[in-house]
Amino acid sequence: MNFTTFWAMLSRDAHVARRNFVTLASQTLLQPMMFVFVFGRVMTTSGLMAEQYKALLLPGIIALSMVFTGTWAVAMPLLAEFQFTREIEDRLLAPMEMEWLAVEKVVAGMVQALVSGLIVIPMSWVVMGGVTLSADHLTLFFTLAVLVSLLASSIGLALGCSVGQQHIGLMFSMVLAPMIFFGCTYYPWQALSAFPILKRLVLVNPLVYASEGFRSALVPAFPHLSRAVIVVSLFAFDALFLAVGLRQFKRKALT
Amino acid sequence: MQAGIRTEQLRKVYTTPPPVGGQTRGAFSGARRGKGGRKPAYEVAALDGVSLEVRPAEIFGLLGPNGAGKSTTVGVLTTRIKPTAGRAWIGDFNVWERRVDVKRLIGVVPQRPNLDFALTAREVLTFHGAYFGLSSAERNARADALLDQFKLTDRANQLLHGFSGGMMQRLSIARAMMHDPDVLFLDEPSAGLDPQTRLLLSDMVREYNSRGKTILLTTHNMEEADTLCHRVAIIDHGKVIALGTPQELKRSIPGGFLVRVQFMSAPDGLVDALRALEGVTEVRVGQDGQVDVYADHGGSLIPALVSAASASNATIRDMHISEPSLENLFLHHTGRSLRD
Repeated sequence: MNFTTFWAMLSRDAHVARRNFVTLASQTLLQPMMFVFVFGRVMTTSGLMAEQYKALLLPGIIALSMVFTGTWAVAMPLLAEFQFTREIEDRLLAPMEMEWLAVEKVVAGMVQALVSGLIVIPMSWVVMGGVTLSADHLTLFFTLAVLVSLLASSIGLALGCSVGQQHIGLMFSMVLAPMIFFGCTYYPWQALSAFPILKRLVLVNPLVYASEGFRSALVPAFPHLSRAVIVVSLFAFDALFLAVGLRQFKRKALT
Repeated sequence: MQAGIRTEQLRKVYTTPPPVGGQTRGAFSGARRGKGGRKPAYEVAALDGVSLEVRPAEIFGLLGPNGAGKSTTVGVLTTRIKPTAGRAWIGDFNVWERRVDVKRLIGVVPQRPNLDFALTAREVLTFHGAYFGLSSAERNARADALLDQFKLTDRANQLLHGFSGGMMQRLSIARAMMHDPDVLFLDEPSAGLDPQTRLLLSDMVREYNSRGKTILLTTHNMEEADTLCHRVAIIDHGKVIALGTPQELKRSIPGGFLVRVQFMSAPDGLVDALRALEGVTEVRVGQDGQVDVYADHGGSLIPALVSAASASNATIRDMHISEPSLENLFLHHTGRSLRD
């Protein structure tokens, strides 16, 4: 492991992310914010939805934004860099083991996911016009934030190294969209009780643990999955996606 | 420090299409590989036992047609392609076992520019310097010098999207030189360059070599190999078929001159009659009445050749004389032109 090279690559990614901040932010934050506005403001103000829904929605939106940003931030550049021009070799030829290049991409994605998760809180607060959150479980919140950001960028690594450029559309409609809608982002897991099969099925979706986790940390009064289950599952999903991602990366980087 | 290059019986068999030429693998392609004892559906031997030795501070050329295995050789030597069998060294380091050490020693100009499109030209160089641990002052100074040398200063702060092929190629070379590597690999460096840039490139390569640097370049351009390289290996179908200085190689062609004659029809006695001509060292019969006559002189052979043809009642449709060249050498060894 060559820390100088690793650090230089992180600064390269930070430099590029700063340059593309507006594009990146609108790609990943605009949609959740519109959702927050419509459901958290319009529907609650008009009385069609209970005022409580705001507090229920926000943790889900944090999870959604983090997962979406982290996945996007790692997968999209990788997809482009593994294309025809093999732009990835610009960095593969740097004096560092190639696994560490994948790790570097994951770390850069984590930072972006964390930033997006932290931006979403004040933004949603403003858009919804005030939400009551609990500050009693901050350690849990930050632990979860790290686990979820690692999850997001590991998923990005695995997808970015497995999907061909011609299948990006499919990746969104077949993988990311179901993940978001069945990820307990807009409703708590408990709300699926009327659909027992679906309630069990969604447990394979890692986003469920992210949303439920943030709910258990920020609005613990609402029903949520057990914290132990959440943390253990997130660890397991992190390990799984990171292992798959690294394997796919090595496979693609070498011919 | 000076470093050479050595390969020992390098073999590379592709079992999946290599990621070049616009081919992209489908989703989750890894799962589709042949399992167990089944023979993979796709199998191409790109390298078939290549053993080479490039001396330190030498300009060495790999010459061959497209698909001969030149880029695969460079790919293996630059740690990007895992050989199926055989070994390779850059300096004292085994390429596959000491990849990080090797990467420090080498600079690579790939066939297709793989530049970082998210950066400006200047940043491409400075970040590359940073990956190789250059200090901030060092990398700024070197980037400025290289941008100037490669006439890119006026575009230094632009993103690469609007760059022409030639500009990207120049930037690729500048990037490869940025960390001052002991061994420089140039894969088809002059492809797609205008004559002026080609000259600039030759000058840069010679200048870099004069500082004791080893250079390995691949090309299918005869002139380039002839004028630039100290030694050349001719490679075809993954095998080295000839090796030596351009002069040695050219001398090795029987006669040196090649007269390629196209007959309407080639009667039986004709070939013997041609062989008997003075100065002719070898006659080869191709398809459709094509006959290659190797001789130690060119133009002055024609009258005798024409009389021999008319004596055998053969009608000449076309005739071409080529002087001793690496092109002829390639033709001699493979029966094909380099451009085929």
